[in-house]
Amino acid sequence: MNESLLRELVPAVIGVLVRRGADFASAEDAVQEALIRALQTWQEDPPRDPKAWLVTVAWHRFLDAARAETSRRGRELAVEVEPPAGPATATDDTLRLYFLCAHPALPPSSAVALTLRAVGGLTTRQIATACLVPEATMAQRISRAKRRIAGLPLDRPGDLGTVLRVLYLVFNEGYGGNLDLAAEAIRLTRQLAALTDEPEVAGLLALMLLHHARRASRTGPGGRLVPLAAQDRSRWDTALIAEGVAILQAALARDRLGEYQAQAAVAALHADARSASETDWVQIVEWYDELLLLTGSPVVRLNRAVAVGEADGPQAGLAALAGVPADLPRYTAVTAYLHERAGDLTRAADLYAEASRAATSVPERDHLTREAARVRQLPRP
Amino acid sequence: MKYLLLKHYRGGPTPTVAFEPMDRWTPEEVDAHVQYMHDFAARLEETGEFVDGQALAPEGTFVRYDGEGRPPVTDGPFAETKDLIAGWMVIDVESWDRAVQLAGELSAAPGPGGKPIYEWLEVRPFLSGAHTGTE
Repeated sequence: MNESLLRELVPAVIGVLVRRGADFASAEDAVQEALIRALQTWQEDPPRDPKAWLVTVAWHRFLDAARAETSRRGRELAVEVEPPAGPATATDDTLRLYFLCAHPALPPSSAVALTLRAVGGLTTRQIATACLVPEATMAQRISRAKRRIAGLPLDRPGDLGTVLRVLYLVFNEGYGGNLDLAAEAIRLTRQLAALTDEPEVAGLLALMLLHHARRASRTGPGGRLVPLAAQDRSRWDTALIAEGVAILQAALARDRLGEYQAQAAVAALHADARSASETDWVQIVEWYDELLLLTGSPVVRLNRAVAVGEADGPQAGLAALAGVPADLPRYTAVTAYLHERAGDLTRAADLYAEASRAATSVPERDHLTREAARVRQLPRP
Repeated sequence: MKYLLLKHYRGGPTPTVAFEPMDRWTPEEVDAHVQYMHDFAARLEETGEFVDGQALAPEGTFVRYDGEGRPPVTDGPFAETKDLIAGWMVIDVESWDRAVQLAGELSAAPGPGGKPIYEWLEVRPFLSGAHTGTE
């Protein structure tokens, strides 16, 4: 029983049902029920055409449910006036599903959950475990999200930027549970890249692959954070890096730069360096300049300051911090690092300690505490 | 039986040994402390006594209702002026004695020079224990 094949069929099947006149929430419920049936029966009696099987079973489920509703008259009428199902345009349906699940009307956590369920085909339990919340909480979150987008038409192209943001959120959601959300996000982004002809989708895919390639080296014993410069580069996944770089280069060649391509370019330059000291910081600064033009984001400005500090020295880095809001996450840690490099050790240690108190995760807090402790031990000039 | 072990940023019945804040220890002392906490939780997972643990940021505030149509009252985010919970661990153990024993061990996490920090921990039983039978 190939569960991943099943999961890949989910968005297309939901799409067919919706095109035949089902509302999104009912279609999604019906497909989930069909999936359960499939898991129970396919082992013994595999269908010739899995997708057609799922569409048939889910459609019957939907009709049963629709008949049982008090509003059945209205629903059946709606179904009857729908044009009969034509040849399936599966790719279009799937793409629309992405847009719907990432709808701007949904809060990000709900959009993530809905995407994983409707596009990814994951069960509520899998999503709950991966997001480290109880299953009942996740079930509520998903049904609230479905209610919220209930009336939205599935025939209008949505905002691709929102879809990409949601996929990136899935990627960054965390590494809890049995299910690797980063890998799932990569799978979905690959799917989206196959459906669309947009360099930014390729850019996001490349960015994810390049980050993912470094994952094993990012934490040490006991979950300790290992900063980029100290990572064991022999543990980087060179195949993933090569794939990410190739995808990025093809995207860049189309000359429609966007923020994900620029971010991936920075990641590629890090991946390319055989040691931290061989990093091409000058080029990285140039990419951050591009990113700044594209986004104007203060986070980019902060990251750029780090790169400037490496390319032109810590004083230049500190100067580049001008205009970055001091309450930005990591601002204090970056300032601490630049002061340390500039030789102002007491100030650096105080800032690391301050940053550790404002840290938002335990590994980050422990890392910054340790940095403060380390800098306090350094011999003073 | 489930118990909540509460770690405080400061506080407890009487002050104990006053150590410097952790960022003034040596990196090795910080590592040893963090490793101790990690090993402690891992060991309880192995014995089947670990339920949950979370850490909390030092800032926070007291909030209360202030009457119909009025915004809630807060005392402001003045972290220095009150005792704040640094984190918790929920354990599921055979007895109160075992809970106290484990809290004692957790309190012995190493500090500067590898000596225990004698941190006060609050141990509180859950009220939900008795009703886990048939429905």
